[in-house]
Amino acid sequence: MASQSTAAFTKQLTKYYSFYTGGFIGFVIFVAILEQMGVPNRILGYIFLGFTILLYAGIGFMSKTAEVSEYYVAGRRVPAFFNGMATGADWMSAASFIGMAGTLYLSGYDGLAFVLGWTGGYCLVALFLAPYLRKFGQFTIPDFLGARFGGNIPRLIGVFAAIVCSFTYVIAQIYGVGLITSRFTGLEFQVGVFVGLAGIMVCSFLGGMKAVTWTQVAQYIILIVAYMIPVVWLSIHHGFGPVPQVAYGYALQKVTDREKVLNDKTTPDGAREESVRQIFRDRSAAADAKLKGLETGGAGFLVEEKKKLEDKVAALKTAEAPDAKAIEAAEKATKDFPVDAAKAKEQWTKDKGISARAAPIKPHAQPFAGKDEKASDIARKNFLALILCLMVGTAALPHILMRYYTTPSVKDARKSVFWSLFFIFLLYFTAPCLAVLAKFDVYTILVGSKFSELPAWVSAWATVDKTLMNISDINGDGIVQLAEIVIGGDLIVLATPEIAGLPYVITGLVAAGGLAAALSTADGLLLTIANAMSHDLYYKMIDPHASTTRRLAVSKGLLVVVAVVAAYVTSLKPGDILFLVGAAFSLAASSFFPALVCGVFWRRANKLGAILGMVSGLGICMYYMYMTYPFFGIKAPLWWDIQPISAGIFGIPAGFIGVIIGTLISAAPSKEVQDLVDHVRYPNLETDYKAAVI
Amino acid sequence: MQLTQKHHEYWNRNLKVTGILLALWFLVTFVMGFFARELNGITILGFPLGFYMSAQGSLIIYVAIIWYYAHYMNNLDQEYGVHEGEEE
Repeated sequence: MASQSTAAFTKQLTKYYSFYTGGFIGFVIFVAILEQMGVPNRILGYIFLGFTILLYAGIGFMSKTAEVSEYYVAGRRVPAFFNGMATGADWMSAASFIGMAGTLYLSGYDGLAFVLGWTGGYCLVALFLAPYLRKFGQFTIPDFLGARFGGNIPRLIGVFAAIVCSFTYVIAQIYGVGLITSRFTGLEFQVGVFVGLAGIMVCSFLGGMKAVTWTQVAQYIILIVAYMIPVVWLSIHHGFGPVPQVAYGYALQKVTDREKVLNDKTTPDGAREESVRQIFRDRSAAADAKLKGLETGGAGFLVEEKKKLEDKVAALKTAEAPDAKAIEAAEKATKDFPVDAAKAKEQWTKDKGISARAAPIKPHAQPFAGKDEKASDIARKNFLALILCLMVGTAALPHILMRYYTTPSVKDARKSVFWSLFFIFLLYFTAPCLAVLAKFDVYTILVGSKFSELPAWVSAWATVDKTLMNISDINGDGIVQLAEIVIGGDLIVLATPEIAGLPYVITGLVAAGGLAAALSTADGLLLTIANAMSHDLYYKMIDPHASTTRRLAVSKGLLVVVAVVAAYVTSLKPGDILFLVGAAFSLAASSFFPALVCGVFWRRANKLGAILGMVSGLGICMYYMYMTYPFFGIKAPLWWDIQPISAGIFGIPAGFIGVIIGTLISAAPSKEVQDLVDHVRYPNLETDYKAAVI
Repeated sequence: MQLTQKHHEYWNRNLKVTGILLALWFLVTFVMGFFARELNGITILGFPLGFYMSAQGSLIIYVAIIWYYAHYMNNLDQEYGVHEGEEE
């Protein structure tokens, strides 16, 4: 009978979301008509972002609940298919939506570590965790640690680890929200952060997991539509047909051929590239000479150099036919001349670094580029290490694992992992192809065109944001060379609609998609943090007799506090987004994965093992990051050349060793706990272990 | 409760399929990643193989692994009578 109602529920959901998708497409068409009627782009941006946030708020409001199981696990009735979509949105963050294709554009093969890591991790989720956690069937991940290993210490460490990795990750998301809102509405970044935050809060505040689930499904639909339309259009635009994911091999070949031409000095195009590179090399050499002069001559050298510039200005002014432009440039150079030795050193070191732009193009499909075999092997080692950390981290991030508590059964949990990866796959399968198509456009159309006739999207983005698109005629030949362009990774996704010649409405749609990606992930993460504190810390450890109303009130209160703290930290703009994301994965991988997997697959694993495992995993991982990540200023030598982002490569084995040693030096777990292990291993045992858990 | 012979058999078959799929996962991720430079010498449909595997090929295999596991285990539950009852 219950399965009948599940089927009916699925049918009902399918109907709702079909209407919703239709309605959303209608909305996009409506905005497109507004655009044709001449409504300015800024207003269209407001309409898009405002409408979608209201939409999420509406769903959040409709899903408000006062029931504990609905608040924490959406009533455990989310069908596999829809849970898959919700997990997809929960998973794909601003970094995936906006950053991924750009990373692939900039780093070619080596960027694929993210594509592999963020998909292959679901194999571990499916094989090691999802079905067992579903059978266990409580509310949070620390719940499992608490019940399986007994006592409050494993639970407490779990709470701590969940907060550390989710908080690191949520900052990256809120950063993305702020970036998108400020770019498309013109609000200040800090204001954008708090506006976006309001959007996050309305979703999760009233209805907890239930509201978050149904908004995430809605957000997934928007983000996948927003990602696909421009890519397909770009592909058709360049004559590769409507299925770019299959057809882009042809574009890749053309890009590869073009790379060879541009790197070959004997071809006309290659010679022009070379002339630009030579200018960069000369500038770098000049800066280097000045640095050396500063080292030997000290302050005297600075005075001398400044004198030279002033003399030049004077000479220009007294020339027979004064060139106003040259004078202006020379005066600017004098004015910008570094005031003291420290400033000079900083400035010239930066100038010296411009030689990087003189490097030949790295072929897109070439793995592990390096100046020699040794450098290439180090790149390969880091590539594989990063993949492992991202994969294991995927299978340990509490906000993802939590989603598998919400399915009706173990069977559905297994199917749900499949749907999750399938929906995630749609985007990740497309990102490498978008990167290649964008490269094709830049290499074959933009490079070689005239500066007087730049495509509209290039000049538009170059005026909006220099960090995304910086283009200038270095060698003064009036023709664009590849070495004269600097592209910021985020540009690729943001500018694709314009590259493909689509109207602004699609750009608005992409912004809405990016916002959906960032909001949905932030929602899931904030809920995880608040639940760890309200359920595990408050209810399970401080006041086990708290009433339902009180538990939910505490949870909602904490949600607001955590969100505001996270937004505040974000508005300080700490560090590099990609590093924050990577760090979250390494931290989760080192702290949770060994204890969770041993908890299911090793009956003997016990409390001391879990404690030692989690503490040593997390400890090693944090220690390595602290010692080697430049932000902290210690800059200790790397271990086996592994970058700090992959600190998990040391943390994961440390975690497993900790579990094994701790377990073997203390007694086997009680009969009760061993029964719990059987309970999670079999979807249905006749005299099932139930009483002691609840 | 005391687990029967059948229960142990179920769990062993679970471990076996988990192990095989894990080995496949390891192969397409790490072994193929390790030899990506060499694999790029082979070209299929315009793609260098090493690049293609990391960009798309391995992803398809991941999806297949998870699909197969769900399918296999859901059948195994039935076969060994440990599937969830109607009331679940």
